[in-house]
Amino acid sequence: MALGDEPLTVSRAPDMERRPLMDRRVAAGRLALAAVGLLIGGAFAGLAVEALQQGTGAFAAFDAYLLRIARFTLWQALLSTLLSVVPAILLARALARHPAFMGRAFILRLFAVPLALPAIVAALGILALLGRAGIFAPFLSVLFNEHWPGIYGLSGILVAHVFFNLPLATRLFLNALESVPADQWRLAAQLGMGARASFRFLEWPAMRAALPGIAGLVFMLCVTSFTIVLLLGGGPRATTLEVAIYQALRFDFDPARALVLTLVQLALAGGVVLALSRLGASLSGDANLPVAPRRIVWHTPLETVLNTVIIVAGLLFVAGPMAATVIAGLKADLARLATESAVLSATTTSLLFASLSALLCLVLSLALVAARRALEMKRGALPAGLLERATDSGAAMVLIIPPLVIGAGWFILLRHVGDVFAFAPAMVVTVNAVMAMPFAIRAIRPAYDAASARHERLCLSLGITGWTRLRLVDWPALRRPAATALAFAAALSLGDLGVIALFGSDQVQTLPYLLLQRMGSYRTADAAGIALFLGLLCLALMFVADRLGKEKT
Amino acid sequence: MTKADAAHGAGITLEKLRFAYPGGSEMAFDLTISPSDIVAVMGPSGSGKSTLLSLIAGFETPTSGRIMIDGKDVSGLTPHRRPVSMVFQENNLFAHLTVAQNVGLGRSPALKLTEEDRAAISDALARTGLAGKEDRLPRALSGGERQRVALARVLIRKRPVLLMDEPFASLGPALRDEMLDLIRALHAEQQMTVLMATHDPRDAERLCRTMIFVEEGQVAASGTTAAFIAGDASEAFNRYIGARREINYSTTN
Repeated sequence: MALGDEPLTVSRAPDMERRPLMDRRVAAGRLALAAVGLLIGGAFAGLAVEALQQGTGAFAAFDAYLLRIARFTLWQALLSTLLSVVPAILLARALARHPAFMGRAFILRLFAVPLALPAIVAALGILALLGRAGIFAPFLSVLFNEHWPGIYGLSGILVAHVFFNLPLATRLFLNALESVPADQWRLAAQLGMGARASFRFLEWPAMRAALPGIAGLVFMLCVTSFTIVLLLGGGPRATTLEVAIYQALRFDFDPARALVLTLVQLALAGGVVLALSRLGASLSGDANLPVAPRRIVWHTPLETVLNTVIIVAGLLFVAGPMAATVIAGLKADLARLATESAVLSATTTSLLFASLSALLCLVLSLALVAARRALEMKRGALPAGLLERATDSGAAMVLIIPPLVIGAGWFILLRHVGDVFAFAPAMVVTVNAVMAMPFAIRAIRPAYDAASARHERLCLSLGITGWTRLRLVDWPALRRPAATALAFAAALSLGDLGVIALFGSDQVQTLPYLLLQRMGSYRTADAAGIALFLGLLCLALMFVADRLGKEKT
Repeated sequence: MTKADAAHGAGITLEKLRFAYPGGSEMAFDLTISPSDIVAVMGPSGSGKSTLLSLIAGFETPTSGRIMIDGKDVSGLTPHRRPVSMVFQENNLFAHLTVAQNVGLGRSPALKLTEEDRAAISDALARTGLAGKEDRLPRALSGGERQRVALARVLIRKRPVLLMDEPFASLGPALRDEMLDLIRALHAEQQMTVLMATHDPRDAERLCRTMIFVEEGQVAASGTTAAFIAGDASEAFNRYIGARREINYSTTN
């Protein structure tokens, strides 16, 4: 190809021709925002239509029952937060003060696992450990001198929430501690600060700054927790709003009650998020795996013993349910399960939904990231416009609106259209895709922005645009982060039991849904086997995501 | 465009060109550059040197006025349709593409290369002293070699105007002189009009016949480089260069 196709003629419509690529990127971003808006807006429309039809009748649902559920939702979240955050402070401090602790790297890696584990798998692990027929049941029966009834209700919910959030909070606190400059640790060692003094002057100030954000994040996660409460909360005495919404739609078929519950949950979550943003908390709960720096810490033998006890206790608490999942899973008739058609078709469905959802998530996220960058370049030094801010933080809004609430809104709306359960695939794929977007955007955006900063003008001056640009320039830079985002989104979607709990049926079953059904029909061994399989699948995907995210080309 | 008619420079005229960054103050450029001239664009940081080059290259859109290259109005053309090549201070290469591919983008932005194109690429690389480095990735090259690859791409694009925005600012003095000599050789061959933004009057002295001095978004002065260096062209330039002249000339003499 020669240069003959470069006519140096004057265009009549300079603005049309000037930056076609940029405008296309912004247009794609608008489209992605519109899609997300439609998903959330549709849910709200469903709620609004129902509210109008119900009229004042809906308020009849405001009763003592609802008040009790709302109170329990907040109460369990508060207790879970306290039980997660306070031990996490001790644990993070112990880990920070023993940078050479044996197996420290392994412990930190293990503490990242609950983040990747589907809630339903963890719940099963806890039941396998502390349930009526759990591994510890005989000891507990002797201890309490009565037949161990199994861990259900508030205590079950708390154990599960602490299992998820203690490691998360520990990692976040440890992150805060690692940000203390090495010189300050040296200074503390030189001044001979003991445990108490260095906690007061070094560690507590660093952790106190992070405390509101971490506590807020944990509280939010517990307020919107669905799967754990569904499986471990027993009866009407230990039910949260999300589970009550699910029960109102699936069992009582009472849209009026579901509407009121959803509105209360929305108000609750919104209030928490508002308070959180005042505290400057990050809702995505990102923790880098901290590496132990060379640090001189002075400790007495007594402190060493105490810290060792704390670390080992934390380790056992987190590792216990995981080990129980594996032990119980291996006891199941895995060979039969592997050939059972229900399991096979649920696996296929799950993988299909997860792939589609991950792909949709990636496309939407890319569109938003590219549009944000294009808008940023266009405005120069001016403050960001509304559209740019929407592409920037619009996706994070999804974290505020619980997926189950979106699902409930659509469930109520689609009821008027036809068979609700026929929409299961579309609902599961889209809601899960949008749910994973904040994480995907965080994976992609730095790489995209860096590539753009480096190559934008070069592409313009050489005329590399459109698909050519994507193929030659952007994709090579984005391949890794895109794979990370895909794996992460797939894992999240694979393990999710939220929307599918509402929309699932005998025709459309995913693995978590099948798991729920097997538990419901007391086929515990089957459930344990499927849980092991599902857990390994999700961990493998998360492992891939993590590896791809870290390696450099 | 054949090889024969590419080997020329094009005159550049900026007519009442007005431009402002969003939220910035207005710049106004009026300027005529004769074909095949080599022009140094000097001025303090933030004076508008880079903006001037960006406007000619088409990265920025003027609010009013015209940009004429070779007698034709190019104001409405996208950057790659203008008869212009540009070399930046850095990031001239795509890090994941080989040297030959990076040069080849100058022939086909989709990298659809013919045998003839490949021969031209090898030739350009040989003339910029990069023979045998076709398959290397940019990270395996030194800073000077990377800029040579960019110049090889300029060679095969054969555009009548070459814009350079502080192209050698990150190179050491000896390497700089080498690169300036290379550009002089390329200019002797293709006769393109060269505009080079620089901070160093020695670059200008070594390479450029003409100099323009940009200050506060305007062309404050223009003339021969010799006149500028002698201190006869512009008071503003003398103030800008002031202390630096002492250092440069007391050490080199």
